[in-house]
Amino acid sequence: MVRESDPKTATRRRFLAVAGGLALAPILVRRSARATPATMAAAIREVIGEAEVREGKVTLELPPLVENGNAVPMTVAVASPMTAAEHVKRIHVFNEKNPQPYIASFHLGPRAGKAKISTRVRLADSQTVVAIAELSDGSFWSASAEMIVTLAACIEETP
Amino acid sequence: MTQALVNVPAKAKRGEVIEIKTLISHPMETGYRHDTNGAPIPRDIIHTFVCRYNGEEVFRADLHPAIAANPFITFFTVATESGVIELAWTPDHGETVTQKANITVE
Repeated sequence: MVRESDPKTATRRRFLAVAGGLALAPILVRRSARATPATMAAAIREVIGEAEVREGKVTLELPPLVENGNAVPMTVAVASPMTAAEHVKRIHVFNEKNPQPYIASFHLGPRAGKAKISTRVRLADSQTVVAIAELSDGSFWSASAEMIVTLAACIEETP
Repeated sequence: MTQALVNVPAKAKRGEVIEIKTLISHPMETGYRHDTNGAPIPRDIIHTFVCRYNGEEVFRADLHPAIAANPFITFFTVATESGVIELAWTPDHGETVTQKANITVE
């Protein structure tokens, strides 16, 4: 097989490369309209201020492989005794690539007894989701989860 | 008519941590979609969910369009005394939907 010397193959290869590039173009354009890791970082700063965020205490459960981004089960929990002296005040959840970086903010207190919340979220793309917990002592703790989304939410139009 | 479903245990021991499960039918329209004529569909989501235990707020959630349609939320609270647990969902358009559940604490 001396494919390299065949001019026909070379043209076909060049055509495929160009066609592939053109096919990718709209995807790249569409992506730029979404939130990015940078906008997520900015949104986190806007919500929690300049506080230092440490990793730990928070567990964020999301399936690693998502077949349908329209309803993805999510559970966020924080290790805390939930007493009047030591409890979780707020849990914020952010994403990287949806049109907006926010998912939800949960406000809790010692009356919660247990800092654990489940809901269902929309994910527009394979991305990282970050949960940040604000404790009563003023410290911030975080956890993140990465997932691959095969059918994205938010993109499909009404039929 | 918006339908809400809540699951609150009818009985609990004093000081017990109970789980509350809630589900409400709502499209959670993101505001990023277009109809068949290409006109944008305005945003209509439930932006706030509140749980009050005998009038005192014990849980609140600020929701964004990234919450799936028919919001399902579960959380925990301490059964302190017998009374009413009131759940309220506030949408962008329309009135707040409230649902009440009675709890007996022994």
